Amino acid sequence: MPEAFEAGTVYTRREGRKPEHMKAKTGDWVQIASTVLRPGERAPQVPPDTQAVPLEMKLKGFAMTKASLGEEIMVRTVTGRIAKGTLVGINPGYPHGFGRPAPELLAIGTELRRILRGEEDDAR
Amino acid sequence: MSKDLSYSAVMARKNEIMIKSVGIDYSEFQQGPLAFDYEGMMKKAGYPLEQVAAIQAETGVGNTPLLELKNITELVRKISPSGYGARILIKDEASNPSGSFKARRAALSIYQAQRLGYKGVICASSGNYGAAVASQAAMRNLNCIVVQEVFDSRGLGQPEIIEKGRACEAYGAEVVQLTVGPEIFYVALMLLEQTGYFNASLYTPFGISGIETLGAEIALQSRVLAGRDPDVVVVTHAGGGNVTGTARGLRKAGSARTEVVGASVDLSGLHMASDRDFNRKSFTTGHTGFGVPFATWPDRVDVPRNAARPLRYLDRYVTVTQGEVFYVTEALAQLEGMERGPAGNTSLAAAMAVAQELPLEQVVVVQETEYTGAGKHPMPQLTFARENGVVVRRGDPSENKPGAEIVIPERLAQIKARDFPLENLRRSYIRNALQACGRTTLDEREVLFLIEETSAPRAFVEQALRDGGAVLGV
Repeated sequence: MPEAFEAGTVYTRREGRKPEHMKAKTGDWVQIASTVLRPGERAPQVPPDTQAVPLEMKLKGFAMTKASLGEEIMVRTVTGRIAKGTLVGINPGYPHGFGRPAPELLAIGTELRRILRGEEDDAR
Repeated sequence: MSKDLSYSAVMARKNEIMIKSVGIDYSEFQQGPLAFDYEGMMKKAGYPLEQVAAIQAETGVGNTPLLELKNITELVRKISPSGYGARILIKDEASNPSGSFKARRAALSIYQAQRLGYKGVICASSGNYGAAVASQAAMRNLNCIVVQEVFDSRGLGQPEIIEKGRACEAYGAEVVQLTVGPEIFYVALMLLEQTGYFNASLYTPFGISGIETLGAEIALQSRVLAGRDPDVVVVTHAGGGNVTGTARGLRKAGSARTEVVGASVDLSGLHMASDRDFNRKSFTTGHTGFGVPFATWPDRVDVPRNAARPLRYLDRYVTVTQGEVFYVTEALAQLEGMERGPAGNTSLAAAMAVAQELPLEQVVVVQETEYTGAGKHPMPQLTFARENGVVVRRGDPSENKPGAEIVIPERLAQIKARDFPLENLRRSYIRNALQACGRTTLDEREVLFLIEETSAPRAFVEQALRDGGAVLGV
């Protein structure tokens, strides 16, 4: 399995790899990964750092067979396409959230309200 | 017989795939190797303004509120010279069904796809447009595939793009996620061939005429709200569609004298196709990495002739920094009670600087807002920046270093709209046009075309052509 996609898969990142989480059943909502272009096959205009790595693709669909993480599997996507790839996620979640408050932003509201209320002598 | 799916073979079939998937034969507008009939293309392949509005109304798109930013106007006046500080209005495009002005572009594309009998649509977009296409496709009962550039080679994805993928899935679309690279268009082409779906490109005449209602609404609403046409409209500039469509709409509504200012986040020095640079930026659109190349060569896109041609419409082009945009995003939330996505606030940052140059009675319109949420918000974006080695600190935004430091202003007065000379863009455009057509001898019609394309005086265009080694008047 390409390590690259493993890192982006929330399931494996957040919950670890318990044995019961490593196997997909037929019909499970899964994520697969595949390589579209290998290094050397990439578009001529891409810079050297991108030329050196493959173009990889991830998509989601319903598993058409059972499989374990890292095995080849076929999926049916929501548009009805059938696609093949390495199983990298089972019922994958979303890794994004609201992050942490940025200390650099926390004072801005107070500062601006002080200017607005005329409590700041030299706003300029 | 299976087709050759190598990069070069698929790209070589681009025109053939486009004719099938867009339903436009661009060759009928071509006038020799350089020029083409732009207005003819917009007229024949696009829709008139009234019809665009009617189509958008069918799916609840458009007619978003124009709001006065009273506290921010007051704040800007505190730091403006006496008698200066124009009224700042904002067009709340986040009120569209998918949360951004992109719903306007998608509405027309998806209507066209449905009218022509396609079973589904495909678009290559890592931003709000993907979500807009997915939302409109849901309303018109069409299948939808959105192709996104999401991850670097470590598998790390921009939080803003992950959120957009989630939104597309929420609207029932299939999301194809790719690692960094311009080959996103290659993958989209293969999917178009495989599925026979409609190409909901951002750059067709439908995609652009869909934005004209935004410009027209701004003109009409400004007359009601402020009693005058907008003096300046600030438009976030990336691929050029927003500038083009808005300016065309303003003109159609009779606001011919309104100054159109494009604004982009300065990401100079970062390569848009670089695996390393990809996650060192906090803005995935509205930045110079798109704004400059799309202005200097619009036809770099997935259709033969781009309907977005910003140099025809830009009166001024300015840049702001990532730190300034995060700062004004905070100001919009805390002083106006409007929590909106940072990328859409690029034009707000520029407007707060531009308003200081204008008399009190004038009106500056910030042309869009976009939705905010997990991933597309200052907190996750700055958290992600830090995780990728970018320094975040307060200071003077002129010390901003794209990809290395995000400097959040210490004071409101440090926010600046830095002029990017349009002459440089115009000269680059002319150089690129010469290179693309592969000729050095131009006739009068071609010179006239370049004058229109750059909206520059004849003398300027002729000089730029001669500097590029061209022979004129043959």
